[in-house]
Amino acid sequence: MKKGYFGDFGGQFIPELLMPPLIELEEAMETILPSEEFQTRFTNMLKENVGRPSTITYCPNISKDLGLDLWLKREDLNHSGAHKINNTLGQGLLAKMMGKDVLLAETGAGMHGVATAVAAAMLDMKAVIYMGATDIVRQAPNVGRMKLMGAEIVSVESGTKTLKDAINEALRRWLADQETTHYCFGTAAGPHPFPTLVREFQQIISKEARQQYMDRNDGDLPDVVVACVGGGSNAIGMFHHFIPDESVKLVGVEAAGTGEPGCDDSAPLDHGTEGILHGMKTQLLQTEEGQILPSHSIAPGLDYPGVGPEHAHLQATGRGDYVTINDAQAINAFKTLSQREGIIPALESSHAVAYAIEHKEELQGKSVLICLSGRGDKDLGILDQIL
Amino acid sequence: MNPMQIKIEEATKQGKMGLIPYLPAGFPNREQFWKELEELDAAGVSVIEIGMPFSDPVADGPVVEKAALKCLADGINLTWILDELKKRKGQFNAALLLMGYLNPVYQYGVDKFAADCEAAGVSGLIIADIPLEESGFLKKALTPHGVSLVPLVGLNTSKERMKLYAENASGFCYFVSVLGTTGQRESLPERIKEKLAEAKEVFDIPIALGFGIKHPDQLTQFEGLMDAAVFGSALITHIENGNSSAEFMEPWI
Repeated sequence: MKKGYFGDFGGQFIPELLMPPLIELEEAMETILPSEEFQTRFTNMLKENVGRPSTITYCPNISKDLGLDLWLKREDLNHSGAHKINNTLGQGLLAKMMGKDVLLAETGAGMHGVATAVAAAMLDMKAVIYMGATDIVRQAPNVGRMKLMGAEIVSVESGTKTLKDAINEALRRWLADQETTHYCFGTAAGPHPFPTLVREFQQIISKEARQQYMDRNDGDLPDVVVACVGGGSNAIGMFHHFIPDESVKLVGVEAAGTGEPGCDDSAPLDHGTEGILHGMKTQLLQTEEGQILPSHSIAPGLDYPGVGPEHAHLQATGRGDYVTINDAQAINAFKTLSQREGIIPALESSHAVAYAIEHKEELQGKSVLICLSGRGDKDLGILDQIL
Repeated sequence: MNPMQIKIEEATKQGKMGLIPYLPAGFPNREQFWKELEELDAAGVSVIEIGMPFSDPVADGPVVEKAALKCLADGINLTWILDELKKRKGQFNAALLLMGYLNPVYQYGVDKFAADCEAAGVSGLIIADIPLEESGFLKKALTPHGVSLVPLVGLNTSKERMKLYAENASGFCYFVSVLGTTGQRESLPERIKEKLAEAKEVFDIPIALGFGIKHPDQLTQFEGLMDAAVFGSALITHIENGNSSAEFMEPWI
């Protein structure tokens, strides 16, 4: 396989001026990442600062309601409330050991921005966070958290003013400041080596969850593993160690937006086409002329017209099954998990939970392990407007 | 020899610098665009660089992005650009160069694109988001149609990478003067000289300096190290302010 590719997808479609920092990062992955110093410090940070391993939780009430066994991998219990910190501490430490001073990041829901701000504060670095103007308004609590931890927030006013545009601006900034700055990419997407690097830091989710599930179930594996897919970092982390387990069905859940015909959504795997954006060849929401379409989801973290290239590959090979859940179904799951189990999920993760609810007939008697990628406190403002 | 190289060398042989103005296709509007191109051609420029609009132009600064997104909103697409150029084939003295991002070309179909470029009299292509590692398939499609994929190098490009770009390169080499996006700058970094000298040594085709250039006075310091200058944002701003391309070109001629 060509370097940096997952089947036909991936690659490095990026200006030449960004190749030197990408090559520098690739070299650091080969030298610093496997070093004893890095591994010792990183493992210790995950334990002491993040609180890993995160537990798995059986949901007795919903399981009874739906007629299946529902388990959650609790990434929402991580410090800062989502899986994002697994990646930012990894990249942050790598950047620090590479001699960089600044962590640059894009953020949609603000969770990656918050996690980057945490990493920068912990590692005595500076965080610069690009966030779409639309997202700054709808995820205000996370903006406050980032500022409190000392991050500089740059409001992105171009294009659709969401994640896609924040990535464009962050790439421009990185181009200019590459000597001092590491671009702490938030999802398993973008140019090589980011899809591989981010997966490396997120695979701990399935490494833990697979063992935890087997320990609780006499060595059995779950029938279905589910995760929501925006860029796809929690999903690739949740899938990785289950990929060789052929009996385990892997389900990625994209956001269908309102679900009404003609409305924007965030489901490039469901009905996108192959194209090139943000350094990668992948499935995209685009016009026939190759212009990128605006995306929409009630969950800002899923609101992206592209997807990580490994998911495009898992879909193409048939190993991954990708489905959609709309805003209303996600809100229903958000309320159900809150009311029946006392767990408030992020709207993003609610899409994964909704899969079990909406597909309960075909899941009767089966065991379903869902990645609860984040907690939902940040979404109460969005819910207040709707409910 | 690629027409872009021929035109730039015509200028340098007369002791002048090759001139490469950039305008987004359809800017400031469909009719006016062709008038601007005619004025630029009449001013004796070597190559005219025409921008193909893309929704997410990561290598461009705010002036080019805003102008290009306006053209996109006006419905400018690759079909319009190539059809209109085909109608005017042979009318321009300058060589023609298209600049853009990979996805629109990829969706158009690279083989069809290459053939249509030839039919439209286009000699070269700049794709901002395609580094050496990914350029093979595109070069393979363009070469049979006489269209050069112009290499972009810059302050952070090692001599080793320049050498790889120089293999089979034709047309000219685009040297990016800053680590950043397109747009006018008051001054250009000192260390350009050293890297330009390196590029001059490695490439046997003309070297054009671009990004941040707004006036010929900025370039006297690089005499002998470059063969042509690319300017876009300054020209766009000039036209947006209601002035003509002919006026803009006066200090350059």
